Amino acid sequence: MDAPRQPTNVTEHHRSPIEHETTSHSTDHADERYRIVTEQLSVYFDGKPAIRDVSMVIRTNKVTAIIGPSGCGKSTFLRALNRLHEIQPNARVSGRILLDGEDIMSMDATLVRRRIGMVFQKPNPFPAMSIFDNVVAGLRFNGVRKRSVLAEIAEEALRRAALWDEVKDRLRAPATSLSGGQQQRLCIARALAIEPEVLLMDEPTSALDPIATAKIEELIYELKRSYTIVVVTHNMQQAARVSDYTAFMYLGELVEFDKTRNIFTNPSKRQTEEYITGRFG
Amino acid sequence: MERRLIFSRSTDVRRRITSIITLAMVALATAIVLVPLIAVVWYTVGEGIAGLTWEFFTHLPTPVGESGGGMANAIVGSGIVVGLASVVAVPVGIAAAIFITEYASARLASAIRFVTEIMLGLPSILLGIFTYAVLVKPMGRFSAYAGALALSIVMLPIVIKTTEEILRLVPQHIREAGLALGIPQWVVVLRIVLRAAVRGILTGVLLSVARAAGETAPLLFTALNNRFWHSGLDQPIATLPVQIFTYAVAPYDDWHRQAWAGALVLIALVLVLSIVLRLVVSRTQLDSEQ
Repeated sequence: MDAPRQPTNVTEHHRSPIEHETTSHSTDHADERYRIVTEQLSVYFDGKPAIRDVSMVIRTNKVTAIIGPSGCGKSTFLRALNRLHEIQPNARVSGRILLDGEDIMSMDATLVRRRIGMVFQKPNPFPAMSIFDNVVAGLRFNGVRKRSVLAEIAEEALRRAALWDEVKDRLRAPATSLSGGQQQRLCIARALAIEPEVLLMDEPTSALDPIATAKIEELIYELKRSYTIVVVTHNMQQAARVSDYTAFMYLGELVEFDKTRNIFTNPSKRQTEEYITGRFG
Repeated sequence: MERRLIFSRSTDVRRRITSIITLAMVALATAIVLVPLIAVVWYTVGEGIAGLTWEFFTHLPTPVGESGGGMANAIVGSGIVVGLASVVAVPVGIAAAIFITEYASARLASAIRFVTEIMLGLPSILLGIFTYAVLVKPMGRFSAYAGALALSIVMLPIVIKTTEEILRLVPQHIREAGLALGIPQWVVVLRIVLRAAVRGILTGVLLSVARAAGETAPLLFTALNNRFWHSGLDQPIATLPVQIFTYAVAPYDDWHRQAWAGALVLIALVLVLSIVLRLVVSRTQLDSEQ
């Protein structure tokens, strides 16, 4: 169950450590290592572009961080990946997003969202529901009714979200009775319960205290073994700590995208360097 | 260096006096609001309690000139007519509110909202006349159905308005959380958003039921009245407000006493209903559906 859904034809060569890879996207089998590929992705609100022509790749079983100053479009990019912009009538998306090589626009939106889960900035457990009901909401409301199955998956998801030991004796308690950090891990468990391939995290720790933040970061590190993770953060230390790859966005455009180590030690663009060293943003 | 006096003593005194006057006026306004409310309940209890006999709840009205008898038929009749009206108005109203908040475009939503507000302001006797024209005339007789239709039109805008306002209070990020789990929108609305709003919606429903239970004008030429048990829902039926009205304007002391008792029962029924519904909701809210 923990096994990531790797494309079946991945060979040992393609699983080789990322360090040995070339940065070129042009190899024939590139998509197999890339869980998500965006091509010229633009999002407009009321006709005004919020992100423009973002082409980047999300590597399988890696943590990709997206950093940049407020309003640079990092959340907008993230929400395009699970087609969440569609609920806003004034939003328009252009370009292509490929999930395992398949265009998500040609898939059913609910199926896309089941494969690409999301954790939000503010912990948002469903009100008037217990801890248990929150974790299994994605299953139950998609037709999974069997009690034993729900209980089993709930426990597993809560364990993976490192919350099980804290809540196992009060699964019937309201989700809102948990602390902020616990609520956020509950939301992670809720997202994991439907077994997505990708987990999008939109500033998942910005509403949490340092201890809760550390727990979530630890968790991200654990989860990347089984999931592909994209995390938006305005906390550069966090990006440096948890991610393998980092994208720097500014004014709606992707400025630089590289291994996290390179971005933070040897950025190739002046803007990136200025942002990272705190000279603007 | 001498400290400059920015606030003089006189400003300070003036400010305190203003504060006291303002507080006094606000308290007075509150008292003015509360006095009639308490007086009405107090007076109704005082006048009505004497008429609350076992006979009142179990017997039909007696023939004119005889004392005694009760309003059993009117109590049951009000229950039936208001119940029927609720069966129509509550689901339709909640559905309309869901459409406005979750699906309609901004323009359409504001158009419907406008119509709803106009409906809220319509005099209730007009709704009675309307129902008379569209249902009583074609059917050829007064009926419980006609009374229920008139009351449901009274209830509808109240249910829509309150439900819509409560649904708007459910934060957008709750809907996003549901959609992000791959749950279809209609399921998100019915199972997550409505559930979060159920308390507030219930308040709106109660408000509309209370309003409908007390309406007299729409019933006068729809349900009419009946001194006996109704012989079918397509027949005239007694209701508490109309019975109260009939007895109150009659010249008999015994009837006046019963009218007060009827008014007291009406208030009590609405109160009991709201307590019961609240208890039910707080019981079931956290139990998961099995």
